[in-house]
Amino acid sequence: MRRALGKVFTTDHRRLGVMYLLLALAAVAVGTTLSLLMRFHRVWPNAVIPGFGVMKPEDYLALVTMHGTLMVFFVLTVAPQSGFANLVLPGQIGARGMAFPKINATSFWLTLVSFLVLISAAHLTAGGAPISGWTSYPPLSALPAAGPGQGLGMDLWLVSIGIFCVAAWLSALNMLATIVGKRRAGMTWARLPMTVWSWLVASVLTLLAFVVLLAAVGMLFSDRHFGTNFFIPMGDMINGQVVGHGNGSPMLWLQLFWFFGHPEVYIAVLPGMGLATSLFANFSRRRVAGYKMMAGMLVAIGLLGLLVWGHHMFVSGINPYAGTAFAAVTMAIAVPSTAEVIGWLATLWGGGLRLRTPMLFALGFLSFFIAGGLTGPILAQPSLDVYLHNTFFVVAHFHLIMAMAGVFGVFAGVYYWFPLMTGRLMNETLGKVHFWVSLIAAYGTFLPMHFAGLAGEPRHYDRLTGPAMNFTALLPLERGITYSALLLAAAQGIFLWNVFVSARRGRVAGVNPWESTTLEWENGEVPSLIERGPYEYELPQGEGGYHPQWESPVKQE
Amino acid sequence: MPATFTRNPVDVERNDTGIGGKPPYDRRPTGGGGDGENWENHPQGRGGPRELLIRYRLGLMFALSGDLMFFVALVSAFFVRQSTGHFDVYNHYTTDWRSLAVPPILWLNTAVLLLSSVTMEIARRQLFHEIDVMEEWLGLGRPAVKRAAPWLIATLGLGLTFLVGQWVAWEQLVQQGYLLSAPNPSSNFFYLITGIHGLHLVVGVLALMAALMGLFTLKKVEFRQIAVDSVAWYWHTMGIFWAFLFVLLVFFQ
Repeated sequence: MRRALGKVFTTDHRRLGVMYLLLALAAVAVGTTLSLLMRFHRVWPNAVIPGFGVMKPEDYLALVTMHGTLMVFFVLTVAPQSGFANLVLPGQIGARGMAFPKINATSFWLTLVSFLVLISAAHLTAGGAPISGWTSYPPLSALPAAGPGQGLGMDLWLVSIGIFCVAAWLSALNMLATIVGKRRAGMTWARLPMTVWSWLVASVLTLLAFVVLLAAVGMLFSDRHFGTNFFIPMGDMINGQVVGHGNGSPMLWLQLFWFFGHPEVYIAVLPGMGLATSLFANFSRRRVAGYKMMAGMLVAIGLLGLLVWGHHMFVSGINPYAGTAFAAVTMAIAVPSTAEVIGWLATLWGGGLRLRTPMLFALGFLSFFIAGGLTGPILAQPSLDVYLHNTFFVVAHFHLIMAMAGVFGVFAGVYYWFPLMTGRLMNETLGKVHFWVSLIAAYGTFLPMHFAGLAGEPRHYDRLTGPAMNFTALLPLERGITYSALLLAAAQGIFLWNVFVSARRGRVAGVNPWESTTLEWENGEVPSLIERGPYEYELPQGEGGYHPQWESPVKQE
Repeated sequence: MPATFTRNPVDVERNDTGIGGKPPYDRRPTGGGGDGENWENHPQGRGGPRELLIRYRLGLMFALSGDLMFFVALVSAFFVRQSTGHFDVYNHYTTDWRSLAVPPILWLNTAVLLLSSVTMEIARRQLFHEIDVMEEWLGLGRPAVKRAAPWLIATLGLGLTFLVGQWVAWEQLVQQGYLLSAPNPSSNFFYLITGIHGLHLVVGVLALMAALMGLFTLKKVEFRQIAVDSVAWYWHTMGIFWAFLFVLLVFFQ
């Protein structure tokens, strides 16, 4: 009994990494189902859903809220960072384990509790899930009477996110203490794999951003239950009755939330960028072009990411000069991002590409990163954002870059590190099918949304027609998007099959099946002094082709 | 050999084995390390007690950085709310912020908290006296613990006094009609800021009690040092935060 409990409440970082990944898998399954319901409803608004009935607009908003919350928090913050870093980070820096294993375990269990509380917000409350979006803007989110699900459902959402913030804080401090303090002798900053750099920057962002969300969530909870008035404006009325007292400011919530919200999306994408760099080096057998610049650009993106939150607020009534300042810094982020892309292209160009599945997903990451990133500078301009804000153009932008690039980064990681988790390789053919169908279906889903957005189609509206608008001309487009989305979701079945069957019956992977140089693949003794760089590929033929990082610099005969 | 302060200069014995061969074994009494990136002197295998202490301090520093950012968020909200207003019919910019005069007992509480930091630091230093630590390490009684414990208890007492004083301040405000739920924003923020800080201090008091217990239950002297050291740095940080928050509430309304 004690042994079983010890296995469940493990402090082994590898096991915790797998547990985080399984949690993210559960979240993405639920989140994807919700998104399919949304897509289905947009095209067939009056259809009767079996076991539910006709979806009302507020049900649609509940779907939007839960979909966003699950995906942003429980998939894109958990999997690339907590999941993979726990699995691989200590190995990559030559450490025996994380700095604070018990804090690590605590962080996982808090994340799981947070997930369960969130699910209970949707299913165990009389009013159902909250409808104020993952961004939970007041006064809608501050007043229980403001809508269905805004009572207990909203409270549980706030509690869930609050717990998640604490878990994220613990995880970040653990990761930072590990990276700073537990590197093996010789593992200098310039010898770190790019994945470790990305986790370093992402952890700093996590440490700084999530606590701000915690403060905001606490203040919102206080507004709802302790009678304070941080966010509810004076004279706010619900059903003809004035609610609240004093003169709070919804803008204050926006400032606090987006100060968290923007770094959050960089937390979601930076680990994928670091992994892409590693995989490009590994599968083109090249050194990383401009390693120090690439690492520096990750840091620059992280730093600038803390300064751009106002670009979510261009049309919210902020001072236009503040908008200009935020626009300038937002467009500045395009510089290090482009530098990263050029570095990737330079690493790939002319390399003999081994197009194995992890590499394909890394290339897919690159493709989505560029596609989604190109619409960033467009949205960064207040004059354009006045029109495009809250249209499907924005939805297309962040789904391409977060949902697709971020998720492809997670896929790449799973395919790549599968041998570390199970000792077996995932099936290559199934992997390739998964990749191509997902890539095409994803572009089929999200590229047309740009056109819908340019046509003015708003977000958060549950259907194309209403008392004040008529977008039925977009119906064929929307249908195409829905079909693509269904195909995209179906393709993930191939992935799931591949994961669970290969775990049992996949081809046994040898030691270091991808012929990687990074330390996590070393099976035996890691030397007590690291003396090689992280990506020493590119050797003349006939010399084994590469120097793993655990090799000593003395020439082995 | 656990981490110590010492007034005697430490002789670094390093046998240079010449070209090739193993790196020299570091025989410094603190267990070695602490040289930054000087990998040649890095001891082989596990780090010593000093490394463990440094790792805990590092973790605590990161945790407190996050906490600092949390308070920065609250203070930013404070300033934003203070200057939030509108242009009235006469084109004057008016705000609805009415300054809240802090109850005078807050000055006393501040003095008490700063004093508690002094006692905390004295307690922390008692646990690093080389001779006492060496005796504890050798198993010859607990002289360092005997010196540190009274100061820890003093800190605990002063900390509890601070918390009681904060509660009294709240009671005074309630009697004047300033509630948490008052429409007056400065009232909301006063309770928010002092309340959040107070919660942190409650955590600190619990940690102090745990450290005090640990002084008598933890087997290794290095763990006792780490326990008190961690609590001490947390306590000082909460004191410094309070200093800033106090100045904010008194002078920046």
